[in-house]
Formats: sequence, C-alpha cells, structure tokens
Amino acid sequence: MASAPLSVSVVSADQQVWSGEATMVVARTVEGEIGILAGHEPLLAILSSGEVRVTLADGTKVVAEAADGFLSVENDTITIVARKAALV
Amino acid sequence: MGAQLRVYRQKIKSAQTTKKITRAMELISASRIQKAQARVAASTPYSRAITRAVSAVATYSNIEHVLTTEPEVINRAAVVIFASDRGLAGAFSSQVLREAEQLTELLRSQGKDVVYYLVGRKSLAYFSFRRRVSERSWTGGTDQPQFDTAQEIGEALLEAFLREADDGGVDEIHIVYNRFVSMVTQVPEVVRLLPLEVVEGEEAPEASAVLPLYEFEPEAETVLDALLPVYIESRIFNAMLQSAASEHASRQKAMKSASDNADKLIKDYTRLSNNARQTEITQQISEIVGGADALSSAKN
Repeated sequence: MASAPLSVSVVSADQQVWSGEATMVVARTVEGEIGILAGHEPLLAILSSGEVRVTLADGTKVVAEAADGFLSVENDTITIVARKAALV
Repeated sequence: MGAQLRVYRQKIKSAQTTKKITRAMELISASRIQKAQARVAASTPYSRAITRAVSAVATYSNIEHVLTTEPEVINRAAVVIFASDRGLAGAFSSQVLREAEQLTELLRSQGKDVVYYLVGRKSLAYFSFRRRVSERSWTGGTDQPQFDTAQEIGEALLEAFLREADDGGVDEIHIVYNRFVSMVTQVPEVVRLLPLEVVEGEEAPEASAVLPLYEFEPEAETVLDALLPVYIESRIFNAMLQSAASEHASRQKAMKSASDNADKLIKDYTRLSNNARQTEITQQISEIVGGADALSSAKN
C-alpha cells in the first residue's frame, strides 16, 4: 500500500519546521481529524489548532503542534502551513 | 608648536574618532546581514506554500471574493512605506520614499486619493517634517522584524480595505519596500497587494506541476476567507524581512565608504601637518642662522 511514500513538510511563518518522507499524516482540521495516506486526492483544508502526527516509514512518529494553518495535499506532497508551528 | 600645526592635529584626531565609530557600525551591519538573509530564506517555504494554495483556490473555483475582485471605481489607495528606524544607511530610506512619491503622483494623476501607512521612524520623520498626515505608523524593530508586527499591519490594512471608501476605507493597497538583490544592490520596489493579483512572476508554480483539482474543506469560500489574510501577512512579513536585509547591506556599504573617506582625510591632514612642521623647523633654523650672523657681524 505504502509503496509511494508521502513527502511531508511542516512550515511556520519564519522557518521550515520539519520535512521528510512519511507513510501517514494525521491532522486536525476544522471539520475533524483527517488521516492521509499515499494516493489521497488533492485537498486544501483549514487546520484547527492541535497536533499533527506524521508516521514515518519505520513506524516512528513525529508530532508537531500547529496553530492557525492549512493543510494542502497534492501528488503525495503534503504541506502543513501554520503561522506558528513547532515540533513536540 | 605653531597654530597651523595644532589645527591639523585636531582634525586628524577628530577623523580618527569618527572612523572608529563608522568602522564599528560597518562590522556590526556586516555580521547582521547574514542573519537577515537567512531569515529571508527561512520564510520562503511558508510564503511559497501560501502562494501556491491561494493560486489553487483562485484558479480552481469560481468564487467571487471581495479581496480578489477589482472594484469598479477606485477612489482611495493606501500606500505602505517600509523605511528604516535609523539613518546612516546611505540612500536606503530616501530611495524608498522617492519611489513612494512617484507612486503617489501616478495614483493622483489617476484621480485617486492617497493615504499612507508608515513603517519605520525615518518615514515618519519625513512625513512629520513636511506636515503631512499618515493613517497609521509602526516604529521600532525594522532591523529585526517580528511576525507579530506583520500580523498587526496586515490586520490594519485588511480592516481598511474591507471598510467602504466613504467610511474612510481604501480600495487599493500598494506596498513600497527595498528588495534585497545582493550585498551591493537593493532596489526599491512597488507591489500592489490588494486587490490581489495572484499570478506573480517570482513565485509562479513550476511548469511541470499543473495545479490539481482540489477538494476543499470546509468549502472553497471559507478556505479563501481564511487563506487571503494569511497570504497578505506573509507578503508583508516578506517585505519587512527584505527591507531589513537591505537596510543592513545599505548601512554596511555607507559605513564602509565613510571609513574610507576618514582614512583619506587622515592621510591628507597628516601630509599637511608634516608640511607645516617642516616649514616651522625651517623657519626656526633660518631665524637662528640669521640671528648668529647678525651677532657675529656686530662683533667685528
């Protein structure tokens, strides 16, 4: 399933917080939690403040705190853009 | 010591002291440019991501949004000027103010009223000296801009934009700032911020990547509502960072030439003072010789 990994980047207003490859991203949008795997349709969503969990290929998890942001998905590239974002 | 010689020595000393100051400022600016440049680079992913997202929504949805639609008549335009807080930075502030004046003339010739939003103490001083009014101003921290300030400016501009023109609102917003090209070149640049022209040369998406059809959550309009203010903030923040980097580069250049000039002055005055000293010695010798001659001829 996860043959084509996702390339994920988390950016805040003044820096790139994290970027790398992952198999799954779970984020909290204004309408609820959303999990994204490879092959997801293009999406642009507003994030509500909360955790963004990125699962890497080896199963470890990277957790970032993001507030006031967006999530965009296209061609297995996920960009999480937030005014304030930090790794937890 | 002759009077002339003393004057030259004083001038040398004063040039030396000035040089110490300008040299210190040069070194400080030089060390800060790197940091400022790094901050510009660090904020690029954010603004790129936002620009991409805005273009995606604006291109792939047919929603009419107040921020993107051109008003039929534009009566008032706002001009945001990004200058510096402190001087001694060469033409940094004056060139951006000159650019703003030209823009003002252009806007006036199109029959628009112009209101000003000022950033940096220098632009404020320019306006208050000429007894001209500005709508709002922000001072302090132009050499190390904070995102909170950008947010504040963005909010103030949006609020003015969303108000009716009869109510004191504006129909159009321009920003004028110094763009950092390289250590030696900083160009004043005018960008129209609102209404939005999303497709912009410098951040156009790569040709290979065709913008996909997006799914919006909750819906396109809400996403655009939330996205546009953020886009504006990021543009303003970018302008502030560019302006800060330019300020340091410009100051470094100005202070370098000031130090060089001080060097030249010191050299010139040293020559003159050597000359004066030599003249003095020569005169003393000829006085002594003349005196001795007179004495010996008196004896005989």
